[in-house]
Amino acid sequence: MTIAQAGPPRQAFRLSQLLYDTRYRSLTIQVIALFLLAALIAYLIRNLVVNLHDLGKDFDFGFLNRRAGYDIAQTLIPYTNNDTHLRAAMVGIVNTLLVAGLGIVTATIVGILAGVLRLSKNWLVGRLMTVYVETFRNVPLLLWIILVYAVLSESTPAPAAFRGDEPEASKLFGLVAFTNRGTYFPSLVWGEGAGTLAIMLLLSILAALLWQGYARRRQAATGQPLPSLWVMVAILVLPVTVAFVLLGAPVSVEVPTVRPTGIARFQGGINVLNSLVALWVALTLYTGAFIAEIVRAGILAVSKGQTEAAFALGLRPGRTTRLVILPQALRVIVPPLISQYLNLIKNSSLAVAVGYPDVKATLGGVTMNQTGRELESILLLALFYLVVSLVISLVLNIYNRRISLKER
Amino acid sequence: MSELHAQTVAQVRDTMLPPVPPPRRETGAIRWLRQNLFSGPLNIILTVLAIWLLWVALRDVVPWAWRGVWRASSLNECRAIRDQLYPEGTSAACWAVLTDRWRQLVFGFYPASQIWRPPLALVVFLLAVSPILFARLPRRLLWLTPAAPFLIFWLLWGGTIWGPVAAALGFALGVAAFLALSRARYPILALLAGILLPVLYWSFVAGPLARALAGVAPLALPAVASKDFGGFTLSIIIGLSGISLSLPLGVLLALGRRSDMLIISKASVFYIEVIRGVPLIVWLFVAQLILNYFLPRGTNFDLMLRVIIMVTLFAAAYIAEVIRGGLAALPRGQYEAGDALGLTYWQAMQLIVLPQALKISIPGIVNSFIGLFKDTTLVSIIAMFDPIRMASSIRATTAWGGIYWELYVFIGLTFWVFCFSMSRYSIWLERRLERGHR
Repeated sequence: MTIAQAGPPRQAFRLSQLLYDTRYRSLTIQVIALFLLAALIAYLIRNLVVNLHDLGKDFDFGFLNRRAGYDIAQTLIPYTNNDTHLRAAMVGIVNTLLVAGLGIVTATIVGILAGVLRLSKNWLVGRLMTVYVETFRNVPLLLWIILVYAVLSESTPAPAAFRGDEPEASKLFGLVAFTNRGTYFPSLVWGEGAGTLAIMLLLSILAALLWQGYARRRQAATGQPLPSLWVMVAILVLPVTVAFVLLGAPVSVEVPTVRPTGIARFQGGINVLNSLVALWVALTLYTGAFIAEIVRAGILAVSKGQTEAAFALGLRPGRTTRLVILPQALRVIVPPLISQYLNLIKNSSLAVAVGYPDVKATLGGVTMNQTGRELESILLLALFYLVVSLVISLVLNIYNRRISLKER
Repeated sequence: MSELHAQTVAQVRDTMLPPVPPPRRETGAIRWLRQNLFSGPLNIILTVLAIWLLWVALRDVVPWAWRGVWRASSLNECRAIRDQLYPEGTSAACWAVLTDRWRQLVFGFYPASQIWRPPLALVVFLLAVSPILFARLPRRLLWLTPAAPFLIFWLLWGGTIWGPVAAALGFALGVAAFLALSRARYPILALLAGILLPVLYWSFVAGPLARALAGVAPLALPAVASKDFGGFTLSIIIGLSGISLSLPLGVLLALGRRSDMLIISKASVFYIEVIRGVPLIVWLFVAQLILNYFLPRGTNFDLMLRVIIMVTLFAAAYIAEVIRGGLAALPRGQYEAGDALGLTYWQAMQLIVLPQALKISIPGIVNSFIGLFKDTTLVSIIAMFDPIRMASSIRATTAWGGIYWELYVFIGLTFWVFCFSMSRYSIWLERRLERGHR
């Protein structure tokens, strides 16, 4: 006797299956969701069109090509008030990127230092770092920015205090002058022969890298390590120093000084807006506190057995850190670190509180108020931040994928 | 033999020596200092550096704060008192600005006769959330929780009580209809009725009902306008409403992002990435300046409400990412177990997945909450009187012009206390929920 090979009972498709059959239900829900989303977007756009029409406005980015007519306190790219609003926005973008870049570098340094020191066996240092981290993490960034700015603009002396042979105020390390008119950093003066020196420097960096590569390949091939660090330092330092002396010191440091007569004003050096310094310092310390916690968690996440295994294999403490602990800790550290960098970039928009001319202050501030184009300005502003965020997270995610654990 | 042996041994000790105390440098405070502060050259340098740093930081600040003047009505008076008390050139804090202006810092421009209302609203809020936060409290407190939002709204903004009551009835109606129909096994109908009935009720019945009730029993508090809210009251209102509204929204978004349904997951991803890619400041400007473009003509609802909505939407995206991390950390077996037991999606989520995922994400969620609370200070930039803007406006008065640190120190310390206690609560909760398996 053969058993008839019957498939599942075939039934005609019924409408109720769209709701009660799990095979089709998700389709129904998605169609409804799509319909609702489309309806919402259509509703918003219809309102927008009607409102713009009633206000007599249009949606047009032409204002970007009109004359801006306002000055910006800090311009890293050439700009005058005769330039267009687009140019002003560019100046703002460069300023935003400047403070974000500076902040990322210093916050990383501060964060790593504080995170490592918080794990120090030294009780006092550990406690001090805990206080630092908890103080900065639990108070709003806006308050820190305003406070640092207040310190810079209220408690620093006027430039006149730096005048004369025995001034009332002293510069930090004799180089940096904090005044209520801005901060003055020393600048490098490029003399004759500086180009040669720069080429020399580039060549030595190249040579040092080549040496490192050679040493590594040799060690991989023969097992014989070559001294890499000291040779690299020598390659970097010696030729450049010799050239520096031979060329007659073509590069010199110019320390800002107050001119001896007339209105007290600094000559030489680089003048940096106090708002930039305030923003930079506050962003550094605030983000540094968060990074410190990330670094600490990352180091603690590497189990003690790894260190012990490395010691058992005969690795020295320095190599243990560099070859065993750090690569594993980095895997834990990098993803949250990325989001801290993104936070820092977004937080730099708080520049508006101290009047630093970032993109929020130019495009989303003066330009928006002058032209009355809120919609277009804010759209562009949001787009700028979005693009920066996405690009950075893309790049760092690629890096993260490279260092992450290869599971096979 | 044994005798002989006894003679060869010169001396046999029959008592134990008393133990010698450890060397001085290995006990007590000295040992602690040696081990923790001066164990090596590097540590000695670090210790000295740390002490020097502490000295530099505290040498001026502590005496300044300690000498502070607490009673004065203006900065000039404050300085006169200081010059009377201390030799010339001594710096002293002027805490009098806090005693003089504490009401503005805490309550903003809330009418002086009504300032009992915000604290009472806070108490109601705490009572309503306490049974959720602390499992030991009596379960009966949960009955307060659904009523609390309406009660709090009424306490804060005032007006007739019947408006919030009529609005609350709509929710009750929706829930009742949903429960009745789902018990009768009409799930789709129950969902539809649960949404449509309240909407119909709010559009046609709620208004007249509230007016009629107000006519019968006029129970009202003096109304307070949103522009009168300020100081820490404003921060706490925005912060707490943002926190309580963004958590459910964040959970939904996280589930949406991990959903199998393409459209839902793509929409969630788009929403989360766009919100997270743009700073809150820009979103607040959207709320202030361009949200009205997207609403029907003539709608002009309260700036404070718009800010609360924007902050909620913003925080929800961050919380969604945190919860997504928690969901991803759960082993796949947990999801499959739910399916194997024949649970529906929502049952599996509610009973198996979310309790575990939320537990894992507690530290992250609380961090987002702390961030949200700190971010409420950003509303000062769109002209709302949060503590920071309030401080600027106090500094703009003739009496207190020129005062700086005292106000900011107070604001900073208050924020610190709030945020620090939140983070301690999260650590406590994490320990309590720890089940010992990792």
